[in-house]
Amino acid sequence: MESYQQDPIARAEKVAMTTTTVPSAGPVAGSRSLFSRLREGDEIARMITFLFAASVVLVTLLLVLELWQGSVLPRHKFGFNFFRTSVWDPIFDQFGALPFIYGTLITASVSLLIAVPLGIGAAIFLAELAPPRVSDALEFFIDLLAAVPSVIYGLLGVFIVVPLMRQYIQPALKHSFGFLPLFQGPAYGVGFLTAGIVLAIMIIPYIISVSREVLLSVPRDQREAALSLGATRWESTWKIVVPFARTGIFGSIFLALARALGETMAVTMVIGNTPTISSSLFSPGYSIAAVIANEFTEATGDLYLQALIELGLVLFILTFILNGLARLLIVATSQRGSGTGHA
Amino acid sequence: MKRITGVLLVVLVAAGVLWADSALSINGAGATFPYPMYSKWFDEYHKKNANLQINYQSIGSGGGIKQVTEGTVDFGATDGPMNDDQLKAYLDKHGSGILHFPTVMGAVVPTYNIPGVDSTLNFTPEALAGIFLGKITKWNDPAIADANKGVKLPAEDIVVVHRAESSGTSYVWTDYLSKVSDEWKSKVGKGAAVNWPVGFGGKGNEGVTGTIKNTPNSIGYVELIYAESNKIPYGGVKNAAGVFVKASLAAVSAAAAGAAKEMPDDFRVSITNAPGKASYPISSFTWLLIPEKFSDATKRDAIKGFVKWMLADGQNYAEALSYAKLPEEVVSKEWKAISKIQ
Amino acid sequence: MSPRLRWRKFVSGFMLTMTGVCALLAVSVLFFILGYLVYHGGTSISWNFFTKLPAPVGESGGGMANAILGSAKLLLLASLAGVPIGFFGAIYLAEFSGGTTAFVVRYAADLLNGVPSIVIGIFSYSLVVLPFKHFSTLAGGFALGLMMIPITLRSTEEFLRAVPRALREAAMALGASKWKTIATVIVPAAYRGILTAILLAFARVAGETAPLLFTAFGNRFWSPGWNQPTASLPVMIFTYAIAPYDDWHRQAWAAGLVLLGLILVINIVARAILSRGIAVPRS
Repeated sequence: MESYQQDPIARAEKVAMTTTTVPSAGPVAGSRSLFSRLREGDEIARMITFLFAASVVLVTLLLVLELWQGSVLPRHKFGFNFFRTSVWDPIFDQFGALPFIYGTLITASVSLLIAVPLGIGAAIFLAELAPPRVSDALEFFIDLLAAVPSVIYGLLGVFIVVPLMRQYIQPALKHSFGFLPLFQGPAYGVGFLTAGIVLAIMIIPYIISVSREVLLSVPRDQREAALSLGATRWESTWKIVVPFARTGIFGSIFLALARALGETMAVTMVIGNTPTISSSLFSPGYSIAAVIANEFTEATGDLYLQALIELGLVLFILTFILNGLARLLIVATSQRGSGTGHA
Repeated sequence: MKRITGVLLVVLVAAGVLWADSALSINGAGATFPYPMYSKWFDEYHKKNANLQINYQSIGSGGGIKQVTEGTVDFGATDGPMNDDQLKAYLDKHGSGILHFPTVMGAVVPTYNIPGVDSTLNFTPEALAGIFLGKITKWNDPAIADANKGVKLPAEDIVVVHRAESSGTSYVWTDYLSKVSDEWKSKVGKGAAVNWPVGFGGKGNEGVTGTIKNTPNSIGYVELIYAESNKIPYGGVKNAAGVFVKASLAAVSAAAAGAAKEMPDDFRVSITNAPGKASYPISSFTWLLIPEKFSDATKRDAIKGFVKWMLADGQNYAEALSYAKLPEEVVSKEWKAISKIQ
Repeated sequence: MSPRLRWRKFVSGFMLTMTGVCALLAVSVLFFILGYLVYHGGTSISWNFFTKLPAPVGESGGGMANAILGSAKLLLLASLAGVPIGFFGAIYLAEFSGGTTAFVVRYAADLLNGVPSIVIGIFSYSLVVLPFKHFSTLAGGFALGLMMIPITLRSTEEFLRAVPRALREAAMALGASKWKTIATVIVPAAYRGILTAILLAFARVAGETAPLLFTAFGNRFWSPGWNQPTASLPVMIFTYAIAPYDDWHRQAWAAGLVLLGLILVINIVARAILSRGIAVPRS
């Protein structure tokens, strides 16, 4: 993401900093001490903020290191087979990560498929259409959704969503779309689809909250320009304003994706907790975060414990790849499409 | 405004730091199953000894074993006794051993939800093993029907529900199945978490009861307390003496009494499939894990005092919470073992 | 009116209505959750709830006073750790850094965000609990602080970037140095978004259970100072919800309600205290 805003200013800075003797057209009559004072203050600010930013990278690296060191045994024992086998047997020391990877990817995908359109739609409504007071009030409440403890989401999933799925939604889906392998198989209520739905509810506040703020910050003249050229309200919003806010919206989706990948408590209560790979969304399954949470406290024996830690490492790698793919996607679409907005 | 917030912050921080408590604080961690019992005990004991706070948190049996070995808590609690490797690990780390003290007993019961069937079903060990192995797939299978003559069982698929997370309850259940079924023992084994051949997992005893309530033709296993308080039907199991016994506090105590004669000195014993006509076959002790050596004499005396109280007055609180009391033989054996705590 | 224009107008009206539906769905879910919590937990909320320590099962009159205080302490610690890192880091990304550094830091933040809360708990356990051999509020605050960083960082950066170029150039033209521009012009212009980012991160960690199990542990009693295990609302909810007693279930719902109420109050208070006459009118 180029910081285009910096370019002219950085250039101006460079000019101001390098020309010491010649009074420049920039800020103030050039006196060496003033510039060096300015530079110093900025340098200090730069260093301090750099330290904070660097600490984020450091902490992440430290975490990866811990995960790497803590998974020595299974890495040596299974190697790449860890990614290919599906058996998870703590008693006979056979560990394979495939079903967990599958479950994590499926539930995250389902949740994003539901939450992104809904979230962006709601954000557009709140930013463009709703009167400011209403928008602020509704935003308050949507932010509250982010504060609901994941345990409560899990409990509500168990008491409300699961029976709803089992008795109404899954049979209905089977009835209408049962020819697709996605909607086949017995309907227990728990499973990939239910977990995806619960996750969607949990991640929507991040998308709405951040997208709304970014949409609000789009300068009014953009909209007015579009409208004055004859665009409908929707066209102005969808074709001008939203692309302008594109990076912020994508940022919110990254936040949502990360939450969906790492969510533990709520998922384990509604996913069925069976290491299975199935083409049906109704099937019970498992996710990486859920199995770590479920088995870590009781894991005895070094291989077992470290296999769980290796799963954590696997999730890290997954997140790495998914983030990379998403960023590539953004770069691809921004080059193809409009050049507006700070991409 | 900013000044006020600043002052408030300082006050808060100071309050956090300066507020000291004169009470002696002891931390313990472990099994979830006895949590209601222990919280009642530690509360009652605190009322009698206002200067002593025993804080117990349920993070799972394995968690209890791990934390007491690491030394982050003063004592542990577990539904499944520590195995030899774990004992050795503790010994290596601390230079002294760790003791098991049974506290109360519980039972794991097979619960089910079969629309149209109201009566109590009887299960043979073979039936239970077959169902959980995935070999018996329909409710009207002869293995089940033969023990329940007169009950109309539907020709429906059995939906098996097990525990999602590792738990002492699973340990007891699989321990029992391993004893009564060679196939289970060789194929699946016993442990807090196993590779279940069939079924899906509910989280916690609550999760399993909830799932069973909502899923027709399902079967699962839960602690007796949960079945009773949720009022779901649970079946009787045929014990080693050939009698079908439905779980009750008396039947659990009978199982413990039956096993008490063979009780090893370190109290690490499994009482599943215990001998005796009145014994309930899927019963188990739950233990406190107390280090042999304490560096802090006040903590040691406090814990010893608690164990003594627990064996005497404490036992009287058990039945009200649906836990079975320790049989006399075990209690007296434990009294003698208290002196081992140095 | 040409048919094409009619169609475009129709699409416009339709899509905008759909966005309204989306918003309605999102908000109704929240109200449903709130209603459920009130219905099931409302009866357990009493003066006792806020002032008494937990009572064992069967005894009435227990409360979650220590959990409420514990959560407050934990969140305070988490904010002290997480907010500055996120905020100042974001300033670096938006104002000072070059493309590659920014890319790396953002990537790292996204990765950190995706780590399951239980793994953060295990990580904090090995860093802060094991070396000192006991659980503590500090360890819990550390774990929660770690989780606050990515949301604060990424969102704050977005809002800083969104400040119009004209403002920066104006400040530059007036002779302000970079850091002065940031402190007096850019941050105030983006303050609304930054506050949203911080409150969002705060709300997220307020409800987390898994990282606290191995760090703050839990406590049936009051937890003096910062070095002892402490109770917290999410852990109490978890412990009570999986118990076999109806009374404890009701208390779990009540605790959820109280937690939400607390976040709501903090939201309102924060926005009220920190609201100024807005520097940049909403475009």
